[in-house]
Amino acid sequence: MLRVEDLHKSFDEFKAVNGAHLTVEKGQLVAVIGPNGAGKTTLFNLITGQLQPDNGTVLLNDEDISRLPPHVICRKGIARSFQIANVFHRLSVFRNVQISVLSQRKLSNKLFQPAARLVVDETHRILESVGLLDRKMDVAGSLSHGDKRILEIAIALGNEPKLLILDEPTAGMSPEETTTTMALIQRLAQEEGLTILFCEHDMEVVLYKTNRKSCARILKSSKPTWETNNAHG
Amino acid sequence: MFSEMIRKKAFGISLAIFVILLLAPSFLSRFYIYFLAVIFVTALLAMSLNLCVGHGMLFQFHHGVFYGVGAYSSGLLLAKTALPWWMAFSAGPLAAALAGLLIGIFCIRLNRLYFGMLQISLGSLIWAIAFRWYDLTGGDDGIHGIPIPDFIASTTSSYYFVLIVLGICVALMYLILKSPFGSTLQAIRDNPERCAAVGIHVRRHQLKAIVIATFFGGIAGVLFVVVEGSIFPDLLFWVLSLEIFIMCLLGGWFTFAGPMLGAAIIVSLRTFVGTYTEYWTLILGVILILLIFFLPEGIMG
Repeated sequence: MLRVEDLHKSFDEFKAVNGAHLTVEKGQLVAVIGPNGAGKTTLFNLITGQLQPDNGTVLLNDEDISRLPPHVICRKGIARSFQIANVFHRLSVFRNVQISVLSQRKLSNKLFQPAARLVVDETHRILESVGLLDRKMDVAGSLSHGDKRILEIAIALGNEPKLLILDEPTAGMSPEETTTTMALIQRLAQEEGLTILFCEHDMEVVLYKTNRKSCARILKSSKPTWETNNAHG
Repeated sequence: MFSEMIRKKAFGISLAIFVILLLAPSFLSRFYIYFLAVIFVTALLAMSLNLCVGHGMLFQFHHGVFYGVGAYSSGLLLAKTALPWWMAFSAGPLAAALAGLLIGIFCIRLNRLYFGMLQISLGSLIWAIAFRWYDLTGGDDGIHGIPIPDFIASTTSSYYFVLIVLGICVALMYLILKSPFGSTLQAIRDNPERCAAVGIHVRRHQLKAIVIATFFGGIAGVLFVVVEGSIFPDLLFWVLSLEIFIMCLLGGWFTFAGPMLGAAIIVSLRTFVGTYTEYWTLILGVILILLIFFLPEGIMG
């Protein structure tokens, strides 16, 4: 489904991603692992278009998507979450998710129809599946860090992605929140059949949870990285 | 529930204000009727700017240009051609929206302050045209005594015309802000990067918002011609743009009706304090300092 070939990106002299290779097949739950600063976030930003690679290609179903702008890549079926809780702080939890559902349904440009009555069921379904339904009227900025990260995943789900990319979904979470979040990710992969690519610096989390055939590829960089194949496969 | 109650209350209050304003000409002197009409025009202008500033976080520093373009387009057509009034009136907002589109296409590539700076430069070019093209625009003097259609020529009838147009425009803006388009615009304001990642073409969405805002700004320009019967280059000068920007901040730029309150306060200051001293901006300055310290999100914020 997703193939990353020989991807390079440097910032000035610093080689953040130096020849990364990665393959994700449909239905897989894949983890990219490496310590902080290994270039995991840069790799994800290159795949989803926030950054432009210096070299190399990103193929989605054999179509070259490298160097496309983020909104085009999203429309091709890749949704993502960010490492820093990246939500719409002034809007309600409901509206946060609704924005991406509206975008997915190509309704974002409707001018005179009240948004409050559109895609309500779909938005509720997503909020329910991640367990945020009872917080739907709260302003997103008032959520706890853990809930904001969950909301991020919910926003990404609004795009009905073929491939879901999660950038350190458990970063900054308490141990309980980490367990809940990883359970949620597992459930999305198993029950909804989502293809998920995520990254982690905590080996424990990865080895404990990726029980499908999963692989993590090395990111060559100035800092040490680890590779594990078929963690529980 | 609670928000529902607030909404009903807000709707009730605005309806009451609207009714009082409808009755106002029966008990107010001509000066005050004119004064209220000026507030309405300015309020519409500030509301249109706030579509960009408050709801889109687009630093539209030179919104006055579109007000001026609207006023000049309809004013010149009324004064120099025999076109029917309704064509002259529709030319205002359309020309303003076109100017908004052209200037927007360049500005939208830049972010925040740079967006605003480029807009001031490009807007000043349009001001220079109005100021220098003496044969067409009357230069610094502008054009006075523009023939206004009979049915809105008197103070009272122009007051009603302005009030009704303001009412319609405010209702439309409210609908737009509550629509998917408006919600998405507010989401872009909060987090453009995230919006791009959910498949929204951020720049194009912002450009559409600018065109809509400048369209309403152009309507305010037409209303100015109706109330004053004249046009002059100060309408496009950056000082006015700054003033309406302050109205938005003062009234509450993250609120819907805040800019109207801001407009009312500043127009009142200018009119009443301005008659005692030409240094009325001193008082405005003090108010702004207090605002920044105590109410950073504006009076209604």
